[in-house]
Amino acid sequence: MKLYEYEAKNILAKYGIPTPKGELATSPHQAKETASRLKPPIVLKSQVLVAGRGKAGGILFADSPEQAEKTAEKLLNMNIKGIPVRSLWIEEKIQIKKELYFGITIDRFQRNHIAIASAVGGMEIEEVAARSPEKVIKLPIKPYQGFRSYHARLISRKMGYGGNQLGMLEKIFTSLYRIAMDYDAELIEMNPIVETNEGTFIAADARIIIDDNALFRHKEFKERVAEGEFTQQEIEAMKEDLAYVKLDGNTGVIGNGAGLVMATLDTIQLYGGKPANFLDVGGGATSDKIAVALKIVLSDPNVKVLFINILGGITRCDEVAKGILEAKEKVGMTKPMVIRLVGTNEEEGKRILTEAGIFVFESMEEAAHKAVDISKQ
Amino acid sequence: MGIIINKNTKAIVQGITGTQGTFHTKLMLEYGTKIVAGVTPGKGGTQVLGVPVYDTVKEALEKHEANASIIFVPAPFAADSAFEALDNEIKTVVIITEHIPIKDAINVMAYAKQADATIIGPNTPGIITPGECKLGIMPVHIFKPGEIGMVSRSGTLTYEIAASLTRKELGQSTCLGLGGDPITGLNFIDVLEMFKNDKQTKAVVLIGEIGGNLEELAAEYIANENYPKPVAAFIAGRFAPPGKRMGHAGAIIMGKAGTAESKIEALKKAGVKVAEKPSDIAEVLAKALKA
Repeated sequence: MKLYEYEAKNILAKYGIPTPKGELATSPHQAKETASRLKPPIVLKSQVLVAGRGKAGGILFADSPEQAEKTAEKLLNMNIKGIPVRSLWIEEKIQIKKELYFGITIDRFQRNHIAIASAVGGMEIEEVAARSPEKVIKLPIKPYQGFRSYHARLISRKMGYGGNQLGMLEKIFTSLYRIAMDYDAELIEMNPIVETNEGTFIAADARIIIDDNALFRHKEFKERVAEGEFTQQEIEAMKEDLAYVKLDGNTGVIGNGAGLVMATLDTIQLYGGKPANFLDVGGGATSDKIAVALKIVLSDPNVKVLFINILGGITRCDEVAKGILEAKEKVGMTKPMVIRLVGTNEEEGKRILTEAGIFVFESMEEAAHKAVDISKQ
Repeated sequence: MGIIINKNTKAIVQGITGTQGTFHTKLMLEYGTKIVAGVTPGKGGTQVLGVPVYDTVKEALEKHEANASIIFVPAPFAADSAFEALDNEIKTVVIITEHIPIKDAINVMAYAKQADATIIGPNTPGIITPGECKLGIMPVHIFKPGEIGMVSRSGTLTYEIAASLTRKELGQSTCLGLGGDPITGLNFIDVLEMFKNDKQTKAVVLIGEIGGNLEELAAEYIANENYPKPVAAFIAGRFAPPGKRMGHAGAIIMGKAGTAESKIEALKKAGVKVAEKPSDIAEVLAKALKA
C-alpha cells in the first residue's frame, strides 16, 4: 500500500529525520493561513498517489500567503492523471546545494533487503541506473545483521561525504532502515534528500510502500484503500479476496490461478481478441465467490462475452458450475458465456452446465478461440 | 529419483487440523505420501485420518522419524511454523500458505540457508515426484512418472502444462512450484542446478511470468553453464499492463523491468525454446528431445 507523501514525511519526522516544516491543507483559506505561519517562499504539493505529479503541474511555489491561497485554489480544482487533488502538503522551500538519493527495497533474487544510494538524486533511480549505473551504490542487507552504522558510513563515503556530515547521514540512513523494518516497507525512499547550503541534510520528498501482506500488523492503514490506486471494481474485488485488474477489451475473463489467467489473456490476444479484465478467483472458489466475480466482470459495460477458465486443483468443478448458474440467475446475465472446465469433479461440473444449456470446452485454446469469435460478432 | 522428494520422504503436516490441511493430507495419503505425524498447537493427542497429532514439532519427532514438512498454517503464523520445523532439523519445508509478509519470508529464507535446508514456497502448489511422493495440493491424475523436470512460478499453469505433457506421453521426473510470492525459498537457477544433477531428468520445462528478473537470471545461467539438457519455457503475462499486480504479489511490471518480452528475449538468446501457448510446450519438448 502506497502512503501519501505527507504520511511518509510525518513518519520520517517521528524517527528524527529532518524534513521541511509543513502542514496539510484541504482548502485555499487553510493554505493561506498555513503559508503565513511557515513564512514564504513555500511549496504547495498535491497529495496524489500517481507518479509524475511534478511534470503534470501538481507542485507549485508561492511567495506570499495571498499567492498561496490562489495557487491552492488552482491545485485543488485539478485532476492529475484522472485523480482529483483533495489535499495539499504545504512546506517551506528549502535551499538546495545538491540532490541525493537514498532508499531501501527488496532484492528478490538475493532474498534480502537492499540499500540503494546515489549522489545523483531528484530523478527516478531506475533512470540513473540505466544512464550511469556507476553512480548507483547498492548494498545488500544481511537479515540477521541488519543495516548497521558502518554500512551508512560506507555509503556516505562513496557519495563523497566526510567530517561531521558523516554522522548526520549515518543517523538519517539508519533511521530510514528502522522505519523500513518497523513499517514492513517493501520500498522506502528519500528522493531527493537534499544537502543544503549550510551543509545539513533534509528529506525533501519521501515515499513509502507498505507490504500488503503485512497490513495485519499495521491496523492504522489496513482499512484504508487509497484513492486513485484502484478502480471501484478493483476495490470491491479486494474485499472478496479476488484479484481483479480492469483492462480495455471486450472479452471478460475469470479463471483460477494468477498464471493461468495471465496465460488466458495472452491466448485471447494471440487469437486477435481483447481481454476486458484479469480476474483470479484463487483456489477453493465457492459459489459465492464466483457470483461476486461474475458481478464484478459484468459491471464493465464493454464486456460482450464472458470466458471462464477453470482448471481444478483445489477448486471443485461442481462447485464452480453451481456458482456459475447461481450467479447467472442473481445477476440476470444474458451475455454469451464460454466455459472451460477441467479438474476435480470435472464430469459433475460439466453435467450441471450442459443440462443448463451452456457449452463446455476441455481445451483452453479452443475455448479462447470461441470467445474471440463471439466478441467479434 | 527426481529431486528433493522421493519414495523415502517421510513428512509431517503443520496445520493438519485446518480445513485445507486435513483435505490435502487425505489426498497426499491417497497418493502414497508417507505422512507420519501432524502438528497443531492445542490439538495434541488427537488424530486426523489416522495420523497422530502433536502440539509441537519436537514432540512429533520424538515419536516419529521425518525429513520433510508441509505447512498449511495461516499467514501471520506460517513463518513461526517454518522456524519450528527448521529448528528440529527438518531439511525440506514446503510452505503452501500465501500472503506471508516479505520481512518474515526473508528471515525464514536466511535461517534456512544457515540450516542447510530447502524451502519450497511460500504460495506454492508444492512438489511432486510422480509415482513416488507428493507434498502439495496439485491434482495427481495429470502427472505421470517420466523424464521431464518442471519448475514454475504458477500453480494452475503448471497443471495445464503437465496435463498436456502427460497426454503426449511425456512423463515427469519432478514438478515443483517456486511460489507466487516475491520472496521464495528456491529460484529457477537453484532448481535447474538440481535437475542438471538428476539422472532421471532428460529435459526441463521452465514456466515463468512477468515481474522480477528471475527468468533473465536463469537465462544467463543456462547460457553460461552451457546447460547440458534441453530447456523449454513458457512466460505468462505478455499482455499485462505495467504497474498492476496480476494476482501474484510478484507478478507486476515496474517501468521497463519485469516484462514478458525481456524474459522471452533473454531465454531465446540462451538457446531456450519458448512456446507461444501453454499447449505448444509438449511439441517443442518432443522435438528438442529428438534433436
